[in-house]
Amino acid sequence: MKLSAQLKQSVRALAVAGVASASLIAATVDAKTFRWASQGDVLTMDPHSQNEGLNNTMSDHVYEPLVTRGKTMALEPCLAVSWTQVNPTTLRLKLRDKVTFHNGAPFSADDVVFSITRALEKTSDFSAYMQGIKEAKKIDNLTVEIITNGPNPTLLDQLTEVRMMNREWAVKFNALKPQDYKNKEETYTARNANGTGAFVLKAREPDVKTVLVANSNWWGKREGDVNEVVYTPIKQDATRVSALISGEIDLVLDPPVQDIGKLKENKSLKILEGNENRTIFLNYDQGRNELLYSSVKGKNPFKDIRVRQAMAHAIDANAIRVSVMRGLATTSMSMIAPQVRGYTKDVEKRWPLDLAKAKKLMAEAGYPNGFEVTLDCPNNRYINDEKICVAISGMLAKIDIKIKLNSMPRATYFPKIQTNDTSMYLLGWGVPTFDSLYTLQSILRTKGAGGDGNWNFSGYSNPKLDAIVDQLKTEIDFKKRADLTRDALLLDQADVGHIPLHHQVIPWAMRSNVTVVHRPDNRMHAKWAVVK
Amino acid sequence: MLAFIIRRLLQSVLVMVAVGFIAFSLFNFVGDPVSLMLPPEATQSDRDEVRKSLGLDEPFYVQFGKFVGNAVQGNFGISLRLGRPVSQLLIERLPATLELAMTAAVIGLLVGIPVGVYTALRRNSILAKSLLTGSLIGVSLPNFLIGIFLILIFAVWLGLLPSFGRGDVTKIGLWTTGLLTVTGLKALVLPAITLGLYPVTLIMRLVRSEMMEVLRTDYIKFARARGLSNNAVHFGHALKNTLVPVITITGLQLGGLIAFAIITETVFQWPGMGLLFIQAVQFADIPVMAAYLCLIGLIFVLINLTVDMLYYTVDPRLRISGSAAGGH
Repeated sequence: MKLSAQLKQSVRALAVAGVASASLIAATVDAKTFRWASQGDVLTMDPHSQNEGLNNTMSDHVYEPLVTRGKTMALEPCLAVSWTQVNPTTLRLKLRDKVTFHNGAPFSADDVVFSITRALEKTSDFSAYMQGIKEAKKIDNLTVEIITNGPNPTLLDQLTEVRMMNREWAVKFNALKPQDYKNKEETYTARNANGTGAFVLKAREPDVKTVLVANSNWWGKREGDVNEVVYTPIKQDATRVSALISGEIDLVLDPPVQDIGKLKENKSLKILEGNENRTIFLNYDQGRNELLYSSVKGKNPFKDIRVRQAMAHAIDANAIRVSVMRGLATTSMSMIAPQVRGYTKDVEKRWPLDLAKAKKLMAEAGYPNGFEVTLDCPNNRYINDEKICVAISGMLAKIDIKIKLNSMPRATYFPKIQTNDTSMYLLGWGVPTFDSLYTLQSILRTKGAGGDGNWNFSGYSNPKLDAIVDQLKTEIDFKKRADLTRDALLLDQADVGHIPLHHQVIPWAMRSNVTVVHRPDNRMHAKWAVVK
Repeated sequence: MLAFIIRRLLQSVLVMVAVGFIAFSLFNFVGDPVSLMLPPEATQSDRDEVRKSLGLDEPFYVQFGKFVGNAVQGNFGISLRLGRPVSQLLIERLPATLELAMTAAVIGLLVGIPVGVYTALRRNSILAKSLLTGSLIGVSLPNFLIGIFLILIFAVWLGLLPSFGRGDVTKIGLWTTGLLTVTGLKALVLPAITLGLYPVTLIMRLVRSEMMEVLRTDYIKFARARGLSNNAVHFGHALKNTLVPVITITGLQLGGLIAFAIITETVFQWPGMGLLFIQAVQFADIPVMAAYLCLIGLIFVLINLTVDMLYYTVDPRLRISGSAAGGH
């Protein structure tokens, strides 16, 4: 033990000497630590307790699902090597043999059954991925069956976010449930982890740092050369960027948009831009007979399609991309991003920017002098969210729709709009299942049972569209699904049910000696990272 | 004496209750933690269940009563963000904040007093004048800007010091210290200077004006008449009498340094209580915010109480009139 510590020290000393004389030597001796940062910290190490981007990114390093996504988001075998649909509601999976957890315990069907049951718990934050899943059954030590309530075309996509834990370990530390609010003690799994993944959790200090080391017993093939990963949350934008420039950090996941230009000029850094499958759009109350927050009384101007068309002709999404997003966005008419299954170019024809026509439509609708309405907007959720709302206010002012901007942090914004307490709002919708149903069902469909319209706060409703969505839920032919998706999106466009602005582009900033894979879900994985 | 102390203690308790009440009622406006804890798909009954298990469904006064009762026992509940006992989180973060605040106070004294003396004695020299002008910058520039400037110069341009974090820390019992490692000391430099700049200017200006006042008094003239050396007059007599208010102010400032370390801690990602608080605000982590505000309130109340009692022993006028309205 002591000897290895001494050895490490002398290696480090050597590395320092190397920097002084020839940086090449240092690179070969001690360049395998990969340090990265972003604004917030990982909330927990429990794999079923927080469905949040960064948290899932960290979980992916330590825990693994049965099916995973590769560099291009294609589905790949992970802890399951193969699968067959036995009947419309049963998927049989063959598990990978000779996989061990970080504590040495072998991975088996018991662990799969346990993990799926755990993710189905009420306090699991992964209910979105468990939709339609009834249970998991052990067939033999390396075979499991997953039973669904009905035919489920997105089951494999869902499984990519259900990570496998060791049953015995969880039982030993009394962590059978992801989170227990009644239990006033910290859940053991929040700061300890035992997965099968490429990295082992070495140290976790909330808000300070999380250290992972390479798992030497990992079953997979490591493409990168990193054997230690240090994650540090750095809240302040300027400090985070400074730490990157000064070389204290190798990669920043969320560089501030306004700094990208300057960072690009820096020779020792590089920017990797990638499309995220998150669509930013504007929506407005079309359900109520009178708006909650408007100067118009007794009627709802947004119920008149001419007003909605007027707004669509007045909002210049391209100008938002250029001046607010500084190019870091893809202007689009589609409510789903191109990476999402079901996307076609047929839905990209945008309403032309035409102020004269917009004013004419407003006059025809009976609002020649416009009206006032409040726009609710988050200010710390999406890239430049508040600035987008400010820009929209200016654009709509040109057709005399006077916007009262009400921007607030996400902690107040979401509860407000989730109770339909809004007349107009800006939302960004990502698709973790990479399938169009996720958006069509939650955003476009009329509110109903289950997940139907659960994020539709505008009262938008089109029975024809609803019928298509219901058809999509059980349709398993992908060609047909794409056609249905296109029809639904075109119906929404004809109604001007929503005004899509753009899909977010996510830039990552890193030292120029770092190579990583940028994925549309904004997840970084150190198993692919190379630090030269 | 006893009556005075009891009165003061009662006042302190009142202040603490008020702080607790204000802190607690503010939290009705920071947003709904339940919606952040549960997935968007959660049903209303799921939400109600969690709300109930957290006690958020009870009327305001019941929640407040429970809060005070638990707070007195040092129990502030579980952080909604990190799922850990709040008191444990605060104890973990306290050393970082205290070390930072103490170092800043020491910098304030070590730099502020000599510079103050110098500008008082050589008030017409160019150096003194430029120091005074410079101190204006220290007072008027916001903390975060100074921090970012320092990071730009010492971390980005010169690459001498780290721009964030606390370096390696050593654990001694419950306490963690960064003072025993090289990386820890290096990490302390920039935040401590950032936080210490304000006390430096404050103490320097205070020492200067007190010193100039003392130098005009009769006993200084007598001391000079006795033929004492300049050094003996300045440092043996004048400075000694200047320091009484300085020590008081520094004591009171310490509370301010601990409380206002929030900004410095955020800029430098210093893992102290202030950073914990800022992150709690964003997550609507009510238990952490409540505990933090109460703790800061308590620190201020304790410091004020100590200062009041010190005055009582130092200032004989207070004892005669029995009034608490004296002070400096």
